[in-house]
Amino acid sequence: MDTSIDNNVITRSDSILERVITSTKIRDAVKGIKRIRRSHRQIRAENVFRRTLVIVALATVVLVLGIMLTLIVQSTLSLKASGISYLWGKVWDPVRDIFGAYPFILGTLLTSFLALFISIPFSFAVGIFLGEYYPKGWVANLLKNTVELIAAVPSVIYGFWGLAVLVPIVRSFEAKIGVDPVGLGIFSSSLILAVMIIPYAASLGRSMIQMVPSNLKEAAYSLGATRWEVIRSVILPYTKSGLFAGILLSLGRALGETMAVTMVIGNTSLIPKNIFAPGNTMASVIANEFTEADHPVYLSALIELGLVLFLVTVVINMIGKRLIKGFTN
Amino acid sequence: MSPHVKYRIGKSTGFQILTVILAFSCVVPLIFILIYIIQAGITKINWHFLTNLPKPVGESGGGIANALLGSTIIIGIASLIAIPFGILCGIYLSENKKSKLAYWSRLCVDILQGVPSIVIGIVAYFWLVKPLGGFSAVSGSVALSIMMLPIIVRSTEETLLLLPDSLREAAFALGMPFHRVILKVIIPCGISGILSGVMLGVARIAGETAPLLFTAFGNPYLSTNIFKPMQSLPLLIFNYATSPYNDWHDLAWGASCILLIWVLLLNIFTKLITRKWKVQL
Repeated sequence: MDTSIDNNVITRSDSILERVITSTKIRDAVKGIKRIRRSHRQIRAENVFRRTLVIVALATVVLVLGIMLTLIVQSTLSLKASGISYLWGKVWDPVRDIFGAYPFILGTLLTSFLALFISIPFSFAVGIFLGEYYPKGWVANLLKNTVELIAAVPSVIYGFWGLAVLVPIVRSFEAKIGVDPVGLGIFSSSLILAVMIIPYAASLGRSMIQMVPSNLKEAAYSLGATRWEVIRSVILPYTKSGLFAGILLSLGRALGETMAVTMVIGNTSLIPKNIFAPGNTMASVIANEFTEADHPVYLSALIELGLVLFLVTVVINMIGKRLIKGFTN
Repeated sequence: MSPHVKYRIGKSTGFQILTVILAFSCVVPLIFILIYIIQAGITKINWHFLTNLPKPVGESGGGIANALLGSTIIIGIASLIAIPFGILCGIYLSENKKSKLAYWSRLCVDILQGVPSIVIGIVAYFWLVKPLGGFSAVSGSVALSIMMLPIIVRSTEETLLLLPDSLREAAFALGMPFHRVILKVIIPCGISGILSGVMLGVARIAGETAPLLFTAFGNPYLSTNIFKPMQSLPLLIFNYATSPYNDWHDLAWGASCILLIWVLLLNIFTKLITRKWKVQL
């Protein structure tokens, strides 16, 4: 009897043990399943994340293609109406549906290149000053930061200042040299633009000049060259392509600049007679007339201006970036 | 010293002096502009100016509350779109340096950076203003977010490329999944650079006018409906500065002063951050 009881106890305890064992097994299994599930979830999250990154990167490409496509599609009407002669048509008369972009292209080129000519000595001086003469110290730091702030001031503020301060000065200057004292015009906008584009060529020039290997410069010094001779015959030739890239980037900025130019250029669709005459740039025409364009061909002609502007700035920027890349490698 | 050597040294010194003069003279217009705008604007700014609507022509006084609110809303929405998008794109570019998509994406970001702002305005007009049937703040925000995007992408990419690879490898070795490595390790390490990129982006779009001309359009009244035209600071400055009325010029000077101070502070603040964390942008 005793044994049977014992047996009973044993079998019972066995079953309890068994149950315990199975329950831990189950728990382990459950844990395992959970772990698998969690890692599944993590893998899924990881894949979702990777896919999101790819989609976002694709989206930038789609965005640029979309911009280009929109401009092309919306300007087809004007492309069909006036064809390629649009670019050198001399008359822009929305009332008679004659659209020639020549006055604006001329205005854009005049303002941009004049601004470039004015700004190049200054931006190169900043580049040489910061890159060669005084690369360190608080004076250099202050100058560098201040020049960078020039690019930070909103263009509408440049325009307002130009309108209130610069235009009267230019007007009295024009009266002195004996041209029509309008004040508003290509000359005023070039002056404003020149100030605005200084930082681009300057900061690029600085970093390029700093990259000139010092053994080249030292070799020139050891041959007895003065500082100016080192700059002229070592640094400038060595950084030629980089400096040119800086000029291109500045030019790209100048071509696309809208607000400051719109406010001081005078806004007429006539071909400017000289650099003091009022005119219009491509960007300023769009800014002024886009919301007033009351029939489809007019609107489309304005968009074609935008397309030309887009293509030109893209090409200029691409060449500039290529040059920088070629230089830094 | 022979006269020839003297002449060469003199030439060198002359060039140095010329460089110094030219370099410092290009700061002069900036200082003139700053002083002029602050002088003309600071006297116009008071509580009344900040909290009231512009008055119609002929009445003096009035404020720019609608433009301040509008600018904040438009920039806020633009940031909401551009910041996540830009950071994710920057992460992709820094994680997949060599892939074909990264090459094209980088190219497109470069292109976007150079696109004139007025062109982006045109595009936003056809994408949003026409389909939605009217000028709206949202379309302005989208246009501005496109302008902001390249700056954020670039700064994120540059910052993340600077981080040592060992950081990521250590995290991967602990068995962290990819997204957690990026979000919990890489981003926090590069947050200062990313943040300064974001702030530069905000500073750039805060003063942008051209893309808003045909999108947000401007509105003389206080409006919080993002599907309706909305005023913004740069638009107000442009419209009032080119008007012939002196009262409106006064408003525009005050607004210019506020815009200028706000943009410059953002830039200076960014500079301080980047200097503290030694981030190169």
